[in-house]
Amino acid sequence: MSNPLRILYCHCAYAQVVPPEVKQAVLQKLAESGVAFDAVADLCEMSAKRDPMLAQLASGGPVKIAACYPRAVRWLFNAADAPLPAERVEICNMRAETAEQVVDALLGTPQAAPASEVST
Amino acid sequence: MKPEAKAPVFRVALYEGAGSRPLVAADRAQLLVALLEKGYAVTCIRSGGAINSSVAGRLLVLGRFDEKKPLEAESEGGAVQLHFRQVEGMDVPQMAQLVEQVRDDSKAPKPMSWKPWFPVIDYSRCTNCMQCLSFCLFDVYGVSGEGKIKVQKAPNCKTDCPACSRVCPEVAILFPKYKGGPINGDEVKAEDMQREKMKVDISALLGGDIYAALRQRSDGAKARFAKERDEKRALEERKKCLAKLQEALDIPAEVMNALPTADFIRDRTAAAVARAEE
Repeated sequence: MSNPLRILYCHCAYAQVVPPEVKQAVLQKLAESGVAFDAVADLCEMSAKRDPMLAQLASGGPVKIAACYPRAVRWLFNAADAPLPAERVEICNMRAETAEQVVDALLGTPQAAPASEVST
Repeated sequence: MKPEAKAPVFRVALYEGAGSRPLVAADRAQLLVALLEKGYAVTCIRSGGAINSSVAGRLLVLGRFDEKKPLEAESEGGAVQLHFRQVEGMDVPQMAQLVEQVRDDSKAPKPMSWKPWFPVIDYSRCTNCMQCLSFCLFDVYGVSGEGKIKVQKAPNCKTDCPACSRVCPEVAILFPKYKGGPINGDEVKAEDMQREKMKVDISALLGGDIYAALRQRSDGAKARFAKERDEKRALEERKKCLAKLQEALDIPAEVMNALPTADFIRDRTAAAVARAEE
């Protein structure tokens, strides 16, 4: 049986670099959606602590991540000895995309040319 | 307090699967914000989902359970200590308080104790040139057993100081919380490679080897002081040099005030490079 899709939302709680209105709207929509997801306070902190959840996410099948720049997210996982696979990972950038784009990408609604990194 | 690798984890699960009625939608969103702002990780388990106990540590499961649950239980295999709490009738602040209480009682470390600011290496760009290692004044970098540059002591990094990324000739060092690209992880564009030029400019500014230049400046200032007996002028000269460096690399003032000696840095770099070459 294949692993189900997982969704990870990063709140970037320790810095003001993600527009608050974007992260609030994304979180709100996820909470209303009825889908299961993981919400974490800060991916950077998890990477620094080598949180085992990162390895579990990286090795457990398809995953969509709402955080910041895909290059940063990938190397944060790598820094925690939990490299993300090249495929079946979609990273949505809340620093650069609108909340609508991110939510559409996370929840699978078709969206014209999202700025997310998509590798399936 | 700064983090230690592999610290035990404390997580929260909001269980709305079988045997637990869903929260009011507005409460769910508010509770998530409240817990995330306090530094907690929360798994939202919805209809059809199950509690995932594959990550070792403590897992506090909140729910509007239909039946009474044991306060504590162990997962199969014993890797996860489960704490169940009934939240029926509680408002959001009460639920958030309950989480704090359980974490406190279980002696799990308090979250949000450190702004996670540290360099992240993009190994697809890194050429292992060791410039970052020789430049960093605070021993953040080291060399792996395979002779590869690595971030060795992330907690040593000075918050908001991105200086090592500015001297990386390959734009391979990220600080995800930095304000601008490509240091924040944004794509590296052709114009970003101008930073290579900037690095040269910094070298030029300081006469090649940064530490040698600082030493020369210092010697120069001493010589002038000896000749002219103008201590004030010599100090001004040094201040100007450091101010230029600080501005060029966006280094916080407190970092400039905590510089180790050039000899210490040279010795440490030589030792690391020797290890890499072994």
